[in-house]
Amino acid sequence: MSRIGSYFLFLGTLFRNREKLSVYLGLILNECTSIGVGSIFIVALVNIFIGAVTCVQTAYNLTNPFVPKYIIALIVRDSSILELAPTLSCIVLAGKVGSNIASELGTMRITEQVDALEVMGINSSSYLILPKVIASVLMFPLLVIMAAFLAILGGYIAGTLAGVISAEEYVNGLRFDYKPFGVVFALIKTVVFAFLISTISAFQGYNVSGGALEVGAASTSAVTNSCIAIVAADFVLTQLLLT
Amino acid sequence: MIDIKNITKSFGDRQVLAGIDGSFKPGDTSLIIGGSGTGKSVLLKCMIGLIAPDTGEVLYDGRNFLTSDLNEQKAIRREMGVLFQGSALFDSKTVLENVRFPLDMLTEQSESEKVDRAQECLRRVGLENAGDRMPSEISGGMKKRVGIARAIVLNPKYLFCDEPNSGLDPLTSIKIDQLISEITDEYQITTVVITHDMNSMMEIGEQIMFLYEGKKLWQGDSSTLTKSGVNELNEFINANKLIREMEK
Ligand SMILES: Nc1ncnc2c1ncn2[C@@H]1O[C@H](COP(=O)(O)OP(=O)(O)O)[C@@H](O)[C@H]1O
Ligand SMILES: [Mg+2]
Repeated sequence: MSRIGSYFLFLGTLFRNREKLSVYLGLILNECTSIGVGSIFIVALVNIFIGAVTCVQTAYNLTNPFVPKYIIALIVRDSSILELAPTLSCIVLAGKVGSNIASELGTMRITEQVDALEVMGINSSSYLILPKVIASVLMFPLLVIMAAFLAILGGYIAGTLAGVISAEEYVNGLRFDYKPFGVVFALIKTVVFAFLISTISAFQGYNVSGGALEVGAASTSAVTNSCIAIVAADFVLTQLLLT
Repeated sequence: MIDIKNITKSFGDRQVLAGIDGSFKPGDTSLIIGGSGTGKSVLLKCMIGLIAPDTGEVLYDGRNFLTSDLNEQKAIRREMGVLFQGSALFDSKTVLENVRFPLDMLTEQSESEKVDRAQECLRRVGLENAGDRMPSEISGGMKKRVGIARAIVLNPKYLFCDEPNSGLDPLTSIKIDQLISEITDEYQITTVVITHDMNSMMEIGEQIMFLYEGKKLWQGDSSTLTKSGVNELNEFINANKLIREMEK
């Protein structure tokens, strides 16, 4: 409990006594490259396969001849946009970006690089962490848009190759009863997840004390705590926004 | 001139510093010596504002650092240079970027002024050709030099070094010590060096403060170090001598 309290205090320090804005622009750009571009491959790969699996499994479970085949595409579409692309991608990103943030900050802490910033009079938490948080909040939604698109594409490829649905039926299903709010919902979730992952991981890394072992432990708890926060926030947001 | 008054610090119920007083003069290399775990680093961190002491004052030329407001503290910090025990170079930046970092963050100088000043400091520590290398590519002794260059790039009035010799071979140690001592004389800096290295004590120490279990047992001129009459200090010196004898 006290750790949750200090997490919120920590959030406060990010925005207090910042450096010049121009300093942040370059840093944010760098972080966008490493967080965003660096994660394209893994997010793409995971989502293509998730889309493919969703399509084939749905087809396998839909044995009732009265249910039209295009329903398969509709299910792939909605589950990808609403849940799989945002939540699953963010779980993957918690593993990749979260552990990276925690170990980078943890290493900087134990090698006194954080202290070096502080003695120069620089607010180390905002200097080091704010660019990562902003870059995550900017890049994760882009990754998730790509992820949803690729998941649906993965479903298309797998469905047509496996012969469970024709291309025409799939496209019809994608267009059937489409609610644009699903995308908005996915993006809202993603922004919240991005903020949670980046700040929780930063909190874990920034507060390391000890040595390399503790950095490893912080990196692990960054990932586990982020995942817990993601599923909890997912549930809350779904309750709030979809009911 | 730095004055410290009655600095105490406890972690939990374990008292690490028990009321330390002292003063450090400009142009002098003052040493803080003592066995490991006696609170030397904690004292240094209290002085530079990384740890808040429980009680006490730190005065930089009369300015009370701990009770100053944020802007005053920033102004005093700009006059400080710190060489950390592990050099604390930013490992995502090149050597030159490390040295010019304080200029980037804290001054409005032009690009060419910054590069010139950073190069000048690298030249001062004998590394004018290493600017493009990454910290991971250079030796421990070179890292310390880069750390010194970064610490002096803003022309500090106060320089702090935490165990500048740790992890270095004896010859490199002596060179780093000499560099610190020369820079101190050259720019009339108030320099505080933590060490447990006897070589350093004899070579560069002008004023020496001896800490033992969180207490200051002795402070004085280095020439009177062996005549202190303090048992713990004599033991500390003898232990060091013994190690040096064995190394020979
Ligand atoms: N942040 C901290 N929290 C708790 N104990 C600490 C902390 N920093 C230092 N200590 C303790 O204070 C004592 C003095 O440490 P230190 O000043 O680093 O010794 P040294 O004289 O070797 O530099 C040690 O026993 C250390 O365990
Ligand atoms: Mg120490």
